[in-house]
Amino acid sequence: MPEGTEIGQRSATIAVLVDNEAGILARVVGLFSGRGYNIESLTVAPVDEERRQSRVTIVTTGTAMVIEQIKAQLDRLVPVHRIADLSLDGPHLSREMMLIKVAGAGEERMEALRLAEAFRARVVDATTGSLVFEMTGAGEKLDAFIALMRPLGLKEICRTGVCAMARGPRGLQA
Amino acid sequence: MSATTQAADARVMSGAEIVLQALKEQGVEVIFGYPGGAVLPLYDALFQQNAIRHILVRHEQAAVHAAEGYARSTGKVGVVLVTSGPGATNAVTGLVDALMDSIPVVCLTGQVPTHLIGNDAFQEADTTGITRPATKHNYLVKDIAKLAGTVHEAFYVARSGRPGPIVIDLPKDILIGKGAYSEAPQVPHRSYRPKTEPDMGAIRHAVRLLRAAERPVVYTGGGVINAGPEASRLLTEFVRMTGFPCTSTLMGLGACPSSDPQFLGMLGMHGTYEANLAMHGCDVMLNIGARFDDRVTGRLNAFAPDAKKIHADIDPSSINKNVAVDVAIVGDAARVLAALIECWKAEDAPRQDRAALARWWDRIEGWRGKDCLQYRQESRGVIKPQHAVKRLYEITQETGRDTFITTEVGQHQMWAAQYFGFEKPNRWMTSGGLGTMGYGLPAAMGVQIAHPDALVIDIAGEASILMNIQEMGTLAQYRLPVKVFILNNEYMGMVRQWQELLHGGRYSESYSAALPDFVKLADSFHATGLRAKTIDDLDRVIHEMLAIDGPVIADIAVAKDENCFPMIPSGAAHNEMILAPGQQGGVAGVTDEGKVLV
Ligand SMILES: Cc1cc2nc3c(=O)[nH]c(=O)nc-3n(C[C@H](O)[C@H](O)[C@H](O)COP(=O)(O)OP(=O)(O)OC[C@H]3O[C@@H](n4cnc5c(N)ncnc54)[C@H](O)[C@@H]3O)c2cc1C
Ligand SMILES: Cc1ncc(C[n+]2csc(CCOP(=O)(O)OP(=O)(O)O)c2C)c(N)n1
Ligand SMILES: [Mg+2]
Repeated sequence: MPEGTEIGQRSATIAVLVDNEAGILARVVGLFSGRGYNIESLTVAPVDEERRQSRVTIVTTGTAMVIEQIKAQLDRLVPVHRIADLSLDGPHLSREMMLIKVAGAGEERMEALRLAEAFRARVVDATTGSLVFEMTGAGEKLDAFIALMRPLGLKEICRTGVCAMARGPRGLQA
Repeated sequence: MSATTQAADARVMSGAEIVLQALKEQGVEVIFGYPGGAVLPLYDALFQQNAIRHILVRHEQAAVHAAEGYARSTGKVGVVLVTSGPGATNAVTGLVDALMDSIPVVCLTGQVPTHLIGNDAFQEADTTGITRPATKHNYLVKDIAKLAGTVHEAFYVARSGRPGPIVIDLPKDILIGKGAYSEAPQVPHRSYRPKTEPDMGAIRHAVRLLRAAERPVVYTGGGVINAGPEASRLLTEFVRMTGFPCTSTLMGLGACPSSDPQFLGMLGMHGTYEANLAMHGCDVMLNIGARFDDRVTGRLNAFAPDAKKIHADIDPSSINKNVAVDVAIVGDAARVLAALIECWKAEDAPRQDRAALARWWDRIEGWRGKDCLQYRQESRGVIKPQHAVKRLYEITQETGRDTFITTEVGQHQMWAAQYFGFEKPNRWMTSGGLGTMGYGLPAAMGVQIAHPDALVIDIAGEASILMNIQEMGTLAQYRLPVKVFILNNEYMGMVRQWQELLHGGRYSESYSAALPDFVKLADSFHATGLRAKTIDDLDRVIHEMLAIDGPVIADIAVAKDENCFPMIPSGAAHNEMILAPGQQGGVAGVTDEGKVLV
């Protein structure tokens, strides 16, 4: 494949299983900033207390060549056990959770509640002047809900970033 | 487990003793270091033992370069010990140098006690934060129970896969505290297990392409040196067996003997005409242990446009990074070469078109006939820098001594690469990736420590040598007979050359004004100073230098305005090389895009 012909960028969701040790997140983030790669979303949390492992999920964009580079660079970090390119390896699930606060009154408040029901967002906090919804779903669904809440008194948004996993029996665990 | 190590296991030791015990178990014989408050417990433990020798440098950067020289010339891991704060920050340039050139180094840094970390304590620096992008991996040890294991792991990581520098940050309370020693584990590492055995399918694919090639070229790099002397032997065998032309990067010199008729010399920005044109015109390229560096490829969209490319590298991230390749082989260069040879010899391997290969060699011989490295040395007067290196090479050859060359960075480095021949690997130590002025003298120190009876010469520039000149003191203290051979052109010659060619001859700040008298300088550092002013002095000074059994600075006054050719200007292609004045080459204009490149 000659250089310069790859104008096509693709998005990739990469799962990384790492040792849960001090500095690991700095290593991953430093790799992206130091080499000029994009991070669209990054989540991390321990997934195996016994083996002290955490799972990092990164959503990034780049040319096919850059995404291969990102994976190779991640894979050579010493505390990295496994990586998987969920976007390439077959169908996968991708979910995000969000808390979203709206503070509308009257008809706006009613409309927010109606839309929340249609989107299966749960009310997790309510005062006379405000509502907090909790919502889980694909990123686009969250985006759509946010767009609808904007004219209805949107106050605050908190999103977890993407949490993803391959469909089917195959696992990532080392 | 032997009885003595079992006893050692049971013994409770201080953290400092644990570190030294682990170093001993890893086979460490020498440490390059510089003391300070945070590492006093380690210095105290060093004082009370004899197994490990400590070489006191004069600047922490030099400790790392010395460890690099030691490592590159032996294949072992180099070891450095520095204090917290400024000791660690001074080491950073050396660490990045080792990272860029894939040199295995373990650097122990002192740190303030764990309970003070984060408090801006005296001589505190966030060493693991600062060195994270400067190392292959780094550690902060906060629990003495993990100390021995961390040291063992550091050595394993430093030397495995693509080698590199490792920092272990050691808080002072950990060094003073007591704990139990543990031996290096015999089980595979939990996560870091680089692949060394190549995939045979990829090897067969590569051999099929190579057999079908009409214009093949073998392009080798530092990875062949990293893979140990056996890889160089196998490379030479493969090249001779196939009859293919072979070229090398700056970092790979010595893997294929320079005297071999199939060796085309170095390629790249200051590579030979024949090597670069062979790269440009080839139809199949076999890259072993080289990383398609920009100094080598020139303009990427004009790089080897007709070639099928095969790339063998131990680090998957080197493959398809700058140049997309047709066949990727992940593995150790020695294992890859052994597999290629085996596959090439197999009965069912397709035939090579020998007539086409002969025609290819005819073209290459035509390019060779241009004799791109020729220069004119007048019989009177000014010494040409190329001639100084050539005579140094010829005269050291006559001595028959095992010779190791280090360099600083600049034109002299390129002339050393072009005019000094290397027949064996591990004899050539230079800062390629980072291009660190000040590398050569401390690296030579490290080489000389590893090879006390060998001839070790730092081919230097008058500007670079001043960057770590304090190490003359180390040479004196340890009686290291390193020879510093300065090609003194009174300019930062490489900078001057670019200013001449790219910036209208405006020599902004590139003149080496107010130079010291290098002969007196040598004298004040208890070394011998020699000077060659004209061509009449050159041979005599080289002979004298080699006859002296101690450190020498030979100040060789060379032509001030000489440029280093051939040269592929930044942003140009291999077939757009500039040759020395008087030789016809491709014409190269430097474009504005070219100017932004370094
Ligand atoms: C002033 C100046 C001018 C320069 N001009 C030139 C020039 O004209 N030509 C030139 O070539 N260079 C030149 N350089 C050097 C250049 O910057 C690079 O350092 C050099 O080209 C890189 O060499 P390399 O590709 O062999 O890679 P190295 O940096 O040596 O990297 C080694 C590669 O081998 C791999 N590897 C490591 N161990 C193994 C193993 N066991 N088995 C298999 N693979 C392994 C690594 O993963 C890596 O990809 C110049 C430098 C300076 C300072
Ligand atoms: C630490 C450092 N600073 C700056 C440079 C940029 N640089 C590259 S070559 C060079 C000039 C070197 O001059 P000298 O040592 O006299 O060598 P010459 O080119 O004259 O042979 C400079 C300043 C560098 N490579 N390293
Ligand atoms: Mg100079």
